Amino acid sequence: MLEKEGQVRIPAGCAISGFISRDGNRICGDKIVKSISYMHDRSNGLGGGFAGYGIYPEYKDQYAFHIFYDSNESRVETERFLDRHFDVVNLSRIPTKKHPRITNEPLIWRYFVTPLPTKLAASQLDEREFVAQCVININDRINGAYVFSSGKNMGVFKAVGYPEDVGEFYRLDEYAGYAWTAHGRYPTNTPGWWGGAHPFALLDYTIVHNGEISSYDANRRYIEMYGYKCNLLTDTEVITYIFDFLNRKQKLSFEDIAKIIAAPFWSEIDSGKFSESEKQKLKYFRNVFSSLLITGPFSIILGFDGGLMALNDRLKLRSMVAAEKDDMVYLASEECAIRAICPVVDRIWSPRGGEPIIVKLNEKK
Amino acid sequence: MVINANEVGYYDLNKKIVECTDKDITVTGAMGQRYIGCGVSGKKITVEGTPGNALGAYLDGSTIIVHGNGQDAIGDTMNDGEIFIHGNCGDTTGYAMRSGKIFVKGNAGYRVGIHMKEYHEFFPKIVIGGRVGDFLGEYQAGGIIVVLGIGCDGKVPVGSFCGTGMHGGRMYIRSDDAPQGLPVQVCCEVADDSDKANIREYVDEFAKNFGYDTATLLKGRFYKLSPNTASPYKQLYTHN
Repeated sequence: MLEKEGQVRIPAGCAISGFISRDGNRICGDKIVKSISYMHDRSNGLGGGFAGYGIYPEYKDQYAFHIFYDSNESRVETERFLDRHFDVVNLSRIPTKKHPRITNEPLIWRYFVTPLPTKLAASQLDEREFVAQCVININDRINGAYVFSSGKNMGVFKAVGYPEDVGEFYRLDEYAGYAWTAHGRYPTNTPGWWGGAHPFALLDYTIVHNGEISSYDANRRYIEMYGYKCNLLTDTEVITYIFDFLNRKQKLSFEDIAKIIAAPFWSEIDSGKFSESEKQKLKYFRNVFSSLLITGPFSIILGFDGGLMALNDRLKLRSMVAAEKDDMVYLASEECAIRAICPVVDRIWSPRGGEPIIVKLNEKK
Repeated sequence: MVINANEVGYYDLNKKIVECTDKDITVTGAMGQRYIGCGVSGKKITVEGTPGNALGAYLDGSTIIVHGNGQDAIGDTMNDGEIFIHGNCGDTTGYAMRSGKIFVKGNAGYRVGIHMKEYHEFFPKIVIGGRVGDFLGEYQAGGIIVVLGIGCDGKVPVGSFCGTGMHGGRMYIRSDDAPQGLPVQVCCEVADDSDKANIREYVDEFAKNFGYDTATLLKGRFYKLSPNTASPYKQLYTHN
């Protein structure tokens, strides 16, 4: 039984790491496992996970669903739902390796799917919205089923355990991607269960997060008005949906999203350090999206199709280090996680609170 | 004695340091191990690599020299001794420091010197060569923080919310302009010769260790920040 947050309670620190090859070179998953392992002491074995981008080139046009099941019954019910809505091109268990420290695993399946054209046309939705709604439906309505990854040419791998063990369990050395993120969990307010491990994902958006959101309930109430369901009762989930809402639906740039979720203080806006037009924009965002301001300590890495973004809360109550080496950009809670996989860097620095680092793939020449 | 930290966990590494009978220890290949030199007295510890968080926490009279960058919470609650970082360091450097000295050649992160305090002969000192992030000297209750702004071309080398909650101690900031947006609980004035004389000893130690000239560093304009006793502090934190 996958016990959800709230059904059990275990009385923060966390570790995050990520890197991207701007030239789109595919890098073996063992490298991100190595990076996060150097921050072992930031986790306590109650959650670890990874997101890899560019890992399924052979199925790059299909949505890759990674699903946890409590039981075969939930699998049968979910597959019935998938067959009604999608053309399932391929399905299999996700390859795993028995690991002494990863136990009580649910059933873990992977499906490469395309929306059925008739269903999609009948829904009058665009394709990504159709897929997102299907994912939310499964997670909300089918007992014991949880779609934890649903983007194209990317995938989330997560479990209860230390991240380095989770990486071995999922055999990440058999995958290669142009970008990876990782998380080591140290839950302080909510329990460690498989669905509660990071990254949290919807479509190609994934979030790894260190910290805790004081504004969680205000954010949740707002985002649920737009059809999202925050039923995992853990704060990080809502950040993923906020990015999906503001970037995919509202079509705002990641730079602007940072100005909404980590908005400057009113005193800073009024301090004269911004141009008049920028000041008007910041005020507009704070007024229109006041419920999407995220308060409390956080450092996050967002993964999306074609890039990564790192962001700290505006008070910078969690740590974040960034580094560059040739076409590579590294982001991590601690410098050691970068030096462990890239001993000599061209540049290393700490972004300011609320200052996003956005890295995208170079345009193909 | 040389201790190779490669693939050694923080607990075992610190056990080796504490149990080592040599006074002069070099740790090579550090990669994120926490608490290096925690509470250690009477030793000289040279670190190569990237030491982890809380380097020299509760340090009690040892000298730590890092050839590289430090991470967060260097000298957390340190009691006595000296820490030299030949690079940059992370957030909360000198967190709740009680005494001793920290010298950082490069930049430091947010909340440098948060909750520093002093009592009689216990008098902590932090000297940062470059610039620092927001909340410098947050809740500072004692001791001295010097930010030299090397490489900042005279621009203010400290971030926003400097001195929030400050109610003791002094900060000296080398800059052509005063930091903006200081809370009313903080007095800001141009440092005079007697003020500079007060920090000469520490600037000199910084200069000697990192290859700078004391007179050149002291020649520039410094701003002295101190608690404003006429307007004691009432606002607990910043406005949202």
